[in-house]
Amino acid sequence: MTTEQQVLDRIARARRRAPKVREERITLAHGAGGKATQTLVDDVFVTAFANPALEALGDGAVVALGTGGPRLVMTTDSFVVSPVFFPGGDIGDLAVNGTVNDLAVSGARPSHLSAAFVLEEGFPVADLRRIATSMGEAAARAGVAIVTGDTKVVQRGKGDGCYITTAGVGVLDRPGTFGPGAVRPGDAILVSGPIGEHGVTIMLARGELDLAADLGSDTAPLNGPVAALLDAVPDGVRVMRDATRGGVATVLNEIARAAGLTITVDEPAVPVQPPVAGACELLGIDPLYVACEGRFVAVVSATAAETALTALRSHPLSADATQIGRVTEDPSALVLLNTTFGGTRIVDVLVGDPLPRIC
Amino acid sequence: MRFVDEYRDADKARALSGRIAALCEPGRHYKFMEVCGGHTHTIYKHGIEDHLPEAVELVHGPGCPVCVIPMGRVDDAIAIAHEPDVILTSFGDMLRVPGGTGSFLDAKAEGADIRMVYSPLDALKIARENPDRRVVFMAIGFETTAPSTAVTVLRAAAEGIANFSVFCNHVTIIPAIKAILDSPDLRLDGFLGPGHVSTVIGCRPYEFIAERYGRPLVCAGFEPLDLLQSVAMLLQQLTDGRCEVENQYTRVVPWEGNTRALEAIATTMELRPHFEWRGLGFISHSALRLRDEYAAHDAEKVFALPGIRVADPKACQCGEVLKGVIKPWECKVFGTACTPETPIGTCMVSSEGACAAYYNYGRFTRDRVREATHA
Repeated sequence: MTTEQQVLDRIARARRRAPKVREERITLAHGAGGKATQTLVDDVFVTAFANPALEALGDGAVVALGTGGPRLVMTTDSFVVSPVFFPGGDIGDLAVNGTVNDLAVSGARPSHLSAAFVLEEGFPVADLRRIATSMGEAAARAGVAIVTGDTKVVQRGKGDGCYITTAGVGVLDRPGTFGPGAVRPGDAILVSGPIGEHGVTIMLARGELDLAADLGSDTAPLNGPVAALLDAVPDGVRVMRDATRGGVATVLNEIARAAGLTITVDEPAVPVQPPVAGACELLGIDPLYVACEGRFVAVVSATAAETALTALRSHPLSADATQIGRVTEDPSALVLLNTTFGGTRIVDVLVGDPLPRIC
Repeated sequence: MRFVDEYRDADKARALSGRIAALCEPGRHYKFMEVCGGHTHTIYKHGIEDHLPEAVELVHGPGCPVCVIPMGRVDDAIAIAHEPDVILTSFGDMLRVPGGTGSFLDAKAEGADIRMVYSPLDALKIARENPDRRVVFMAIGFETTAPSTAVTVLRAAAEGIANFSVFCNHVTIIPAIKAILDSPDLRLDGFLGPGHVSTVIGCRPYEFIAERYGRPLVCAGFEPLDLLQSVAMLLQQLTDGRCEVENQYTRVVPWEGNTRALEAIATTMELRPHFEWRGLGFISHSALRLRDEYAAHDAEKVFALPGIRVADPKACQCGEVLKGVIKPWECKVFGTACTPETPIGTCMVSSEGACAAYYNYGRFTRDRVREATHA
């Protein structure tokens, strides 16, 4: 007779096995940032590119230029958002902030970016000018320079208006390395502000839902808040991640799994603005899985938590930072949620995009 | 959030939890089936089982509309989607449901034009905007979603939108409950009735469950306090020696149902002689099809369907799970061959499916949670 525990152990073993892509073709789930994306990256790319800097699978890769040379963080990201203009931002500032943020949460000072454009035949030049202007403004706001780029045009129907890929480098001049390996039981989980605003804004801006809300994207450069945090508690920060695709839930799962520790989140402590909570409730989507573009998760030591929060709250882009949970000893590497209702459940990584429920 | 937070109050939950524990007869084990997938979702999402004593066990029923669609119907829909000029539309949670040869997402990757809609009226809008395309809505769901399909068919007919049709897979809840009650390997003490279905059909159709099968039913709402209160109402009936149909969800469910919605269904649809349910097999008079008057909007008549029959995979025990005979983890392939990433049975696909809900949310024992949260 198999017991429930044996079944659970079998699942735990199956989950530790190297994932394989079973689909014959790419589906939209492969781009959603959940399990399907992780499997694709591990099975196809990490296998083919194999090197230690990549295999850390952080938001940016730490590379050293020669022995004793400065340590750099390098990252890249593609932006395919539709619509390209939305309340609170556009594809341009998103592309700059996204790369700046990946560098910042890796502990680096972002300095230089590249920008590559894939444009569809027929795309209005006025729109492109508007996007470029907004990129320039976003770069100035973040204190980085866009120093190189590329432009390609594809035939009408072969692209969706405008795709942008940015890459960036920054200097990692703080000692030590940030990463899930540094996480310890008892550490505090902080978020830098209310979650899910970008994802819900985009869902509403697509106009498929006939819902309207007074809401804008949270897109913003995080190097300011990150610097405020690191200056206040230079030895207290274990790891930082920006909660983009897949939301806070996915980021926490990545940290828990890499650290081999369990993270417990208190649902009432998770900051969600009422319009986001309302839209998610209507659609049957959990805000923990909804993308942010200007929020990050930081794991800090318990003793540093208060100072860290004070420092974050002193910066306007993380004024509503708060603690949402803590790290516990349990080696099952789960993310658990203590619900407002007084129950507990697992918060797992989704396979693909969160799909609205029908009833 | 107003009208939501009130139903998620932890203090009220603790009070109800105490009442439930007090109502349990010492040494007795209670097995209640929540019929509706929406309830399963609420139970796991809010951790309702943590408020229930060990003596009360919730069994997840067949009310996930995605889970009961047989693989052959998915394959038929994909065959329609591959026809020239077709745009196939359906609800979001259909996209990952596996047929015999892949899911809608796979078919989309192969070039089929498959779009997610939030309402059948959105599908009609797509048809209006694309007069040179044939737009098909894959209709699924119980009596909850059937009225919106019915209204859409009526509107398509009234406006003469010739390029719109419905692939009707609507099912009805009562025959499914009856099939479960008639199953010899079943032991249930009562039912949490499907609140959303009941907004349409009312409470009267459940009376045979109490009268003929001697099982109480409480028609339950979807907020966590609704479910706890409904469990308490079931226990109260058992304690009092009563066996009745009661309505906990009075703020939404009228005893007689929604007569206008029922009229719309009756105008456009009729019962099929029989329909195949995933895991439960063929059940007589358990599904709806469009009436002949609306043949022009009936995808089964507009397209030559392959009528694919795919046997449920042998290893899959969705049927037993749907009937509440086994728990999800007792299935031979649960968590190994069948996972949310690679579902074999449909119970693993939709977040409302009993297996997916258990895999995603419930995959630990209560003791384990206590250790982890109070460490």
